[in-house]
Amino acid sequence: MAWPIRFSLVAAGLLALTVTVEGQNPRNNCIDCHRGLDDEELSQPARAAVDDVHASAGITCADCHGGDPTLEIVDEDYDPAKEPSTGFVGAPGIRDIPTFCGKCHADPAYMKRYNPNLPVDQLAQYWTSGHGKKLREGATDVAECVSCHGSHGMLAVGDPRAPVYPTKVAGTCGGCHADEEHMAPYGLPTDQMALHRESVHGRALYQEGDLSAPTCNTCHGNHGASPPGLSSVSLVCGNCHAIQREFFDESPHRAAFADLGEPECETCHGNHEVAPVTDERLGVAEGQICGECHFEDEEAYTIAKTLRQDIEELKARIAEARTTVEGAAVVGMEVSEAELILIDANQALVKARNTVHAVSVDALREQTDAGRTLADQAREIGVAALGELQFRQKGLAVSVFFILLVVIGLYLRIQQIERPPSPPHE
Amino acid sequence: MKTRKFFRHWVDVEPILIRSAKPLEEMMSEDRPSRRSFVDWILGAGITGSLASFLYPVLKFVIPPPVAEAIELNVVAATVEELPPNTAKIFKFGRRPGLIVNTPAGELRAFDGICTHLNCTVQYREDFGQIWCACHNGLYDLSGKNISGPPPRPLPRLNVAVRGNEIVVSRES
Amino acid sequence: MRAAATRLYHWVDERIPLSPLMEFAREKSVPSHRYSVFYFFGGATLFFFGLQVATGILLLLYYKPTAEAAFESVRFIMTEVSFGWLIRSLHSWSANLMVLCALLHMATVFFMRAYRKPREMTWWTGALLLLLSMGFGFSGYLLPWNELAFFATRVGTDMAGKTPLIGEFLSQFLRGGEDVTGATLTRFFGFHVAVLPMIATTLLLLHLLFIQRQGMSVPDSQTGEAARRPGTKFFPNYFLRELMGWAVALAILAALASLFPWELGRKADAFAPAPAGIKPEWYFLFMFQTLKYLPATIAGIEGEFVGLVFFGVAGLLWFFWPLIDRPSPEDKRSPLVTTVGVAALAFIAVMTLLGYIGY
Repeated sequence: MAWPIRFSLVAAGLLALTVTVEGQNPRNNCIDCHRGLDDEELSQPARAAVDDVHASAGITCADCHGGDPTLEIVDEDYDPAKEPSTGFVGAPGIRDIPTFCGKCHADPAYMKRYNPNLPVDQLAQYWTSGHGKKLREGATDVAECVSCHGSHGMLAVGDPRAPVYPTKVAGTCGGCHADEEHMAPYGLPTDQMALHRESVHGRALYQEGDLSAPTCNTCHGNHGASPPGLSSVSLVCGNCHAIQREFFDESPHRAAFADLGEPECETCHGNHEVAPVTDERLGVAEGQICGECHFEDEEAYTIAKTLRQDIEELKARIAEARTTVEGAAVVGMEVSEAELILIDANQALVKARNTVHAVSVDALREQTDAGRTLADQAREIGVAALGELQFRQKGLAVSVFFILLVVIGLYLRIQQIERPPSPPHE
Repeated sequence: MKTRKFFRHWVDVEPILIRSAKPLEEMMSEDRPSRRSFVDWILGAGITGSLASFLYPVLKFVIPPPVAEAIELNVVAATVEELPPNTAKIFKFGRRPGLIVNTPAGELRAFDGICTHLNCTVQYREDFGQIWCACHNGLYDLSGKNISGPPPRPLPRLNVAVRGNEIVVSRES
Repeated sequence: MRAAATRLYHWVDERIPLSPLMEFAREKSVPSHRYSVFYFFGGATLFFFGLQVATGILLLLYYKPTAEAAFESVRFIMTEVSFGWLIRSLHSWSANLMVLCALLHMATVFFMRAYRKPREMTWWTGALLLLLSMGFGFSGYLLPWNELAFFATRVGTDMAGKTPLIGEFLSQFLRGGEDVTGATLTRFFGFHVAVLPMIATTLLLLHLLFIQRQGMSVPDSQTGEAARRPGTKFFPNYFLRELMGWAVALAILAALASLFPWELGRKADAFAPAPAGIKPEWYFLFMFQTLKYLPATIAGIEGEFVGLVFFGVAGLLWFFWPLIDRPSPEDKRSPLVTTVGVAALAFIAVMTLLGYIGY
């Protein structure tokens, strides 16, 4: 039979197959052919398709790239699968990637079929971002969809192996943002990733495995990532640190920082390198935060000093009470009431530290006074318990005294019985 | 001095007691000259004192203390009347605070009352229907799971049993 | 009062003859020689045993022998009951002092060779009593149901389970099941307050009866001196001395109990990992330590098994020693006894010490 007829029959047969087995592994010549190619760049996508989140949803090469996966390449010059009539677009250039992905991901009606909970605003957000803006201006080394999500072999966002999983995000962003050569033309710092890793947030995320700890996208956004304006920093922090935020808003610092044009939380706590908050940083001495702005003649200086002193005093009182109570507990005294009170005293200390953000001595003393009273109560219980110990030791002394008296008496009696006394001398 | 007189009185009796408690002794010992009373005095005082210092604690021991039983961490946290649905109470559970909650659905649940973040005491928020920590806004749901804020771990659950009108909380076994 | 006592005496004597007893008591005397002081240890053991019974009965008023309640009840005794801390600490300390005295008593009897004919049965009842006192110690140790006690019991019953032939049965019998649980506690409590006391009382009465019938033994080297010097009359002379010793012992015990009260520990949790540094009570430590040193296999047999067999054989030798040590009547000293005794003591002492240092 002539080959056009043969060909049409085969094609028809294959088409029929695809119709009858629709949804059950339709013939995908793209993958079959590309998988066997020598060129790594051309074969990798086909091999990666196995683990791909799109492929698992039944979305194949043609759904993005166009073309006809049911057709086979005939020879070097003629590839019917990629004819323009098939809608083949090939691999998009970097500037076209966002719209390429957005073809589906920005289409609510389309996305609803697969996962109604997935957002569809990523593309819109992206155009507002620093990356998006630069891309439009013609930059070719800024992040677009593929930079963070990958393309072929893409994993779902919730997959722990995905480059955008919370523990992986910083590394993904850092791929560019920690590379000095890459960031040089943009004049941006490159130490953020390293600083974040050592910060409280980094430790919580990487060492304690707390996935709710903030990483790059938590504060900067992900698709709409752009440096937040000055005023928005403390609002971001306040999302988690709500209580401190409230106190801060009531404090004179808020207006002052706005006037100075200084970032709020960042000024004292840093942004990427957020160090653990300790009492040592509070105060006016060398190396302490408040002293960096306030000087001796100011009221604020006195306030800062007082805040620190009061907290240290409360800590000392609680520590003393705890030592006394533990000393009593160790010797078996009943001090559970005191231990409960100490828990409350500690709570007052924790709350007192919160109030530091209000920079108000009154607010602080509300907590430290309560804490002090509780610590004293606990200490009294401990002292009473130790008094009981004293009683025991005195009781022992009394008892031993009498026993020794018996010993001496017995000894003397034995002497009497065995060695009669010399004649009476009266 | 009164104490000496007291002891003297006993001393007069003591040697007799000793001797008559042991008839053998009585048979064997000679009559005691008055100088012997010094030794008798010592022995008497010693024995009396020792016995007193033994008997006093023992007698106090056998009288039960005000709370007659060991509380095997089986605590009456509240009465049924004082806990309508959507209310809670903080109670003493051994050395720690506990929280007994009557959920909006009417189920009794008990938790260890110490926040897993920085050890503040948690409380129930009727408006949230959840357990809240005032220190840093930590939130736990009514199964104790940490759902928002800094707490890294859930609140441990405790056993609840209702005996008559008493709500009894004990450790999960 | 004197008259009243005499009248009472006569009243009883008319019904049950007391004069033979009186005669015996009057005549009873203790040999006087260089080593007479060692006779003291037997009575001291008895004294501590009496203390154990007394404090034990007092503790019974408040102790609860179930896994849920045991620890809390001991805590209750230590913290809420008046002088509960004292009674409990006395009980714990006195237990150790009793075992110590029992061991010293056994050692002195051994070196003085008092076990020879006709006193073999005294030795045997004594050996059994020593084993019983260790049983008291082992069963009592679990009762506070704290971490150390729990794991020490697990290790100890594990060892028992490795006994050849009867090991499986023994382990299940002791534990009341496959593992150490509340059932074990109930069993141990039963052993500690009923079974062992009953057996111990019987053996003790026999032990004391034999001693009264046979009198105190005198070591060969001292027979001459003992014959020369008049013995000490038991009533009142020796008894007063013994009372003195007991009073001193009591003072020491009171000081120990008051100044070093026994700790409560942490409540046992079967699912928690074993805390570091578990070891049994000191009188078991030498065996525990020896077993630690044995390699996993010795000539193809499991190391621990060899160790247990070794101790089993040693135990049997020790028990039947009166039959093994058959000196000629001429012997004033027995090099065998001295050698074996010193070697055994040295071994036990060194192993115990090593156990404490933590090797």
